[in-house]
Amino acid sequence: MKLNMKKPEFAEKINLQKKDWILIGIILFVAGLAFLLHEFIGGKGAGCVTVKVNGEIQGVYSLSEDQDIEINGGTNRLKIRNSTADMTEADCPDKLCVNQRAVSKNGESIICLPNKVIVTVDSSENSEFDAVAQ
Amino acid sequence: MRDRVAYFGVFTALALIFSYVETLIPISFGIPGVKLGLANLIIVIALFKLKLKETYLLSVVRILLSGFLFGNYFSIIYSLAGALLSLSVMALLKRAGGFSIIGISIAGGVFHNIGQLFVAMAVVEMFQAAYYVPVLLVAGLLTGCLIGILAQEMLKRLVPWQTGS
Repeated sequence: MKLNMKKPEFAEKINLQKKDWILIGIILFVAGLAFLLHEFIGGKGAGCVTVKVNGEIQGVYSLSEDQDIEINGGTNRLKIRNSTADMTEADCPDKLCVNQRAVSKNGESIICLPNKVIVTVDSSENSEFDAVAQ
Repeated sequence: MRDRVAYFGVFTALALIFSYVETLIPISFGIPGVKLGLANLIIVIALFKLKLKETYLLSVVRILLSGFLFGNYFSIIYSLAGALLSLSVMALLKRAGGFSIIGISIAGGVFHNIGQLFVAMAVVEMFQAAYYVPVLLVAGLLTGCLIGILAQEMLKRLVPWQTGS
């Protein structure tokens, strides 16, 4: 059996059509646009923590700046350093919230039940959700 | 008919092997989630060699098999969304005409990523994931271009058989 294979021509190795270039242009344009949009609008960076006392929002604080927050008139103290929030003081007996590790990722929270204080993180950094597509 | 089944089997085996090879090669672009997508090479070639219906079937079969073998429930969902959107766009562009294999493959790569991003946004239920869009677009462009060049060279060298499409 004779195989009539055309000899591959290397000269026309990459021959992009006009429409291909238009497509590439559009993709790069959209990518640039999305990048700029994110830079100027959504670029808040590290996210923020929401502090709730008794189910009511007491305040929302940015994680990007270091600060100390008095919660509930001083029953609890929240410390923000390096984009992580940590409960440093509480007047409750068990100190569970103080012993809990610092939070920084989206959805993580510190809860002090005796004082009904809930601190939740809302950030663009996702925590445990991950899967690798094959 | 017998030929078609055989060819389909060969394509499936190739796509599956490429999925496996991909897990072996530690090609990392330094960005999580970005990879070459070697199996898409087979899908692109199937697009030009098989019927469209068969190409869809091939894509789904490959993802289910490789998902069960190497992945998990989530990876199957992500892959399906990406692959089906990507294949649909590629088929549309091919029908529209005027695009080279490389262009079609670039669109495939880009929309593969976009499909996965949509699922990711639905799963995590938030839209901050959109900050990843530029990265995914450019990554899809580059990998799609590479796959397109490979597909073009492979199609030139394949014995010119046609399964009656």
